Amino acid sequence: MSLSIQRRAEESRVMSYCSPLLALVLTLITGALLFWVQGESPLGGLYTFFILPVADLYGLSELGVKAAPILLCATGLAICYRANVWNIGAEGQLLMGALIGSWAALNFLETTSSWALPLVLLTGAFAGMAWGAIPALLKNHFNTNEILTTIMLNYIALNLLLFGVHGPLKDPAGFNFPESALFTEGITLPVLMEGYRLHLGALFALLAVAVIWVVLSRTFIGFQIRVLGLDSSAAHYAGFREKKLVLLVLLFSGGMAGLAGVSEVTGPIGQLVPTVSPGYGYSAIIVAFLGRLHPVGILLASLLMALVYMGSEMGQIEMGLPLALGGLFQGVLLFYLLACDFLILYRIRWQRADTNAVASEA
Amino acid sequence: MDIDLITNILFAMVRTGTPLLLVALGELVCEKSGVLNLGQEGMMLMGAMAGFAIAFTTGNLWFGVAAGIAVGMLMSLLFGFLALNLNANQVASGLALTIFGAGLSAYIGSDFVGKPLTGMEAWVIPVLSDIPLIGKALFAQDPLVYLSFILFGAVFIFIYHSRPGLILKAVGESPDSAVAVGLSVIRVRYLAVMFGGAMAGLGGAYLSLAYTPLWSDNMTAGRGWIALALVVFASWRVGRVLLGAYLFGAASILHLVMQGLGVSVSSNLLATLPYMATIIVLVLLSSNQARIKLFAPMSLGKPFHKTQ
Amino acid sequence: MKTRLTSAGLLRGAASLLLAAAVSSSAFAADKLKIGFVYVGPIGDAGWTYEHDLGRQEMEAALGDKIETSYVESVSEGADSERVIRKLAQSHDLVFTTSFGYMNPTLKVAKAFPKGAFMHATGYKRSKNVGTYSARFYEGRYLTGVIAGHMTKTNTIGYVAAFPIPEVVQGINAFTLGMRSVNPKAEVKVVWINSWYDPAKEREAAEALIAQGADIINQHTDSPAPVQAAEEKGVYAFGYDSDMTAFGPKAHLTGSVVHWGGFYTETAKAVLDGTWKADDTWGGMAADMVKMAPYNAAIPKDVVAQVEGLKTKIIDGSFHPFQGPIKNQQGKVVVPEGTTMKDGEILSFNWYVEGVQGELPK
Repeated sequence: MSLSIQRRAEESRVMSYCSPLLALVLTLITGALLFWVQGESPLGGLYTFFILPVADLYGLSELGVKAAPILLCATGLAICYRANVWNIGAEGQLLMGALIGSWAALNFLETTSSWALPLVLLTGAFAGMAWGAIPALLKNHFNTNEILTTIMLNYIALNLLLFGVHGPLKDPAGFNFPESALFTEGITLPVLMEGYRLHLGALFALLAVAVIWVVLSRTFIGFQIRVLGLDSSAAHYAGFREKKLVLLVLLFSGGMAGLAGVSEVTGPIGQLVPTVSPGYGYSAIIVAFLGRLHPVGILLASLLMALVYMGSEMGQIEMGLPLALGGLFQGVLLFYLLACDFLILYRIRWQRADTNAVASEA
Repeated sequence: MDIDLITNILFAMVRTGTPLLLVALGELVCEKSGVLNLGQEGMMLMGAMAGFAIAFTTGNLWFGVAAGIAVGMLMSLLFGFLALNLNANQVASGLALTIFGAGLSAYIGSDFVGKPLTGMEAWVIPVLSDIPLIGKALFAQDPLVYLSFILFGAVFIFIYHSRPGLILKAVGESPDSAVAVGLSVIRVRYLAVMFGGAMAGLGGAYLSLAYTPLWSDNMTAGRGWIALALVVFASWRVGRVLLGAYLFGAASILHLVMQGLGVSVSSNLLATLPYMATIIVLVLLSSNQARIKLFAPMSLGKPFHKTQ
Repeated sequence: MKTRLTSAGLLRGAASLLLAAAVSSSAFAADKLKIGFVYVGPIGDAGWTYEHDLGRQEMEAALGDKIETSYVESVSEGADSERVIRKLAQSHDLVFTTSFGYMNPTLKVAKAFPKGAFMHATGYKRSKNVGTYSARFYEGRYLTGVIAGHMTKTNTIGYVAAFPIPEVVQGINAFTLGMRSVNPKAEVKVVWINSWYDPAKEREAAEALIAQGADIINQHTDSPAPVQAAEEKGVYAFGYDSDMTAFGPKAHLTGSVVHWGGFYTETAKAVLDGTWKADDTWGGMAADMVKMAPYNAAIPKDVVAQVEGLKTKIIDGSFHPFQGPIKNQQGKVVVPEGTTMKDGEILSFNWYVEGVQGELPK
């Protein structure tokens, strides 16, 4: 008996749904083993990690709080990656949204106008778009590689944010500590349920998912984006304006990330702080791939990612498990998923070593 | 600025640039074979952790260096299996490797945090190190810096003046024609990926054994990404990788030196300088589209399907 | 004293999963005092978080089975912190939040858990059940300054600093005053690295300072990298937070070391006895919260004697590092002779004393 690998004639639809599930199951088994190595009960560990964080309504609402910014960034990234535009810069675009959005918010501290909040949100989204436009323009006009420029722009954005929060946007009554003044009620994102932190930003994220689903599957722009991603020379041949599309996807992606940033500062944080993002923009890259650039996929992936983060907090509180387990789980999950995706294109068969059998099967 | 200060800045520039140079050289070879591995940061962290752990336990720094290289290579095999055997998306596989490496190194390395280690000492070469300005930078460094010079030369000769180098480039440019002339694409790519892993592990071990002889979670602080950026920055040319690594090293030292000189610009704004400089140089280098196309491996990032 | 689940065995199906849940919640039903810690970095940062965790362990050793502790490390100061603090508050009686950025989230959560006791480190806002605490690091800093004044030959001392917040500026000023009290020609060069913890960056900053003639390196960042750089270059250094002698046996002169264990034990006892009040503790050498690391043999005996003498005076209150006359950078006397700066003024430092080079980032 030996294993043989055969390429399928076409992608297996069944496997493309089963592969993520299989990856999840393998991750859970690996997790159980890790807990066992730690000297903990495997099932107790899995329960603490994956169920306890969302065992009550508060936990569920927190899942939404954590997932919302990641999901918003991931929708933009999914569109970019579909078009083969390798935007690594959601983190920087998010930070610029938070920074410029906070600047706007601080100018509205006294106001009671109901226009203030939408204006603040728009400013944040525009700031993200502007930050996303830079790599697009550089790529279009100077042919620079967007992976590189977006990574550099992330570092620049972080330093600009630090400059703002240590400098001009610092709370004048805050004893020189690096935080802005607390935002007033009028410019705070409303929560969806009284007593919970789940805020309007989660709805924005869901809306963004719906938008990219419609755009990708129902519009001509979506079609152009997909063709550009699959074969840029074909897109060129078909007369698509490649440069325009590059700008478009980066503007959209930047806008979503900017919105995520401004929603964080006007939502759960309520002021500008140096640590607006614990790396949402980077998590979103993983989510985009984990969700295989599909709107529903990234929705589920963002929830799973948020759950792993919360689980690692819970594991520390309840069982004293090391923090590093959370990162390990994310890495392992992604590995398994990539490995299982193999089954979409190939089938694995047990077969006898004698050649007649192969011949008869073929 | 006096002569001493410039001499010292050049010295620090080479040191700061060394981990970037090592990792970027490895990634360059990897990308020349047509494989994009974004897992540098994860492999570096594992190399740094393993290097420190082994050096600390055995008391021998060179065992640590070897362990760093070996673990970097092992990590790259994981990537190789996914990206080369299973034809998984290279960008995603690389990202997974980075996340996994960060988590695993923190998990295994927790016993070694905060432990002291006497780092690698400089080998000062007499006479040569007294050359004004550059003597100290080139001839008063620790052995791993000298090793980076040697590896740079080796990679340079390998890429431009050797038959295996030609094979590597052929596989990266056009895997199908490479197969046609009887080359094993997967084998060449595996070797290139492993070399990249070894260099990333060595770069990590340089940090934890020579540059800042200690182990702590996430101690590479994004240097793996900078190294990746350097390869693109260098438009896949070996000489420019060296130039880029030292330029970046100089920029990151200079903004600190400028503060010490009392330049009254916000330190946050000064800290953006190395990144701004990279973007500007990149714009200057890449405006000529034809030239870029000349150097970027044609099949970079594309999985290779063996036609049966 | 981790909560450990033992009863649930391997793979006993869904029933044992529920059982695990029951065990994990009942484990918390015992009547020990439960104490939670929120850490901003990894326990292994060898600096800030490391010392807090040593304090936690010392408290556990002192109070034995009267208490039970858990902690969460590397909690981002953004939106995540509120969730973690709340999760801890649900199952813990006393929560220590050990970084400035947790100030507003701690207050928010404390409001929702009026029965819980909360202690926030280094902040300035208190409420009915939120107390604050910090250590008078500047006392130790002043003494290291006196040593530096005696030991420097180039009259240039390099200072690797994290962020221009009052706590750090306070340390720079105290150090400079101590140094100038014995050597009015010496000056301090400050380099900001905009990170609490980045070993390579800290090392680069130290090297940049040494390249500019500094023959002693002081630091207000968490890793021992500056001490290592000094050791290698053959100059002196002061560690910070924890005793960093091991990282540079020749270079490390001494350092201002913090000690939280005693304070944590006292606080836990007060909560157990029902005498805890939400007030502010700002303890220094007198309260045993700040100590000096062992003195390097390279320091002349008379210098050690002078420093020990000053230490005794600081402890008995007859000397204060921030007593007048204190001049600002322009040479103007800001604190006249015979007066001492008030705590509020010390806590909100936003100017340099005479002897510090460069401008304070605003």
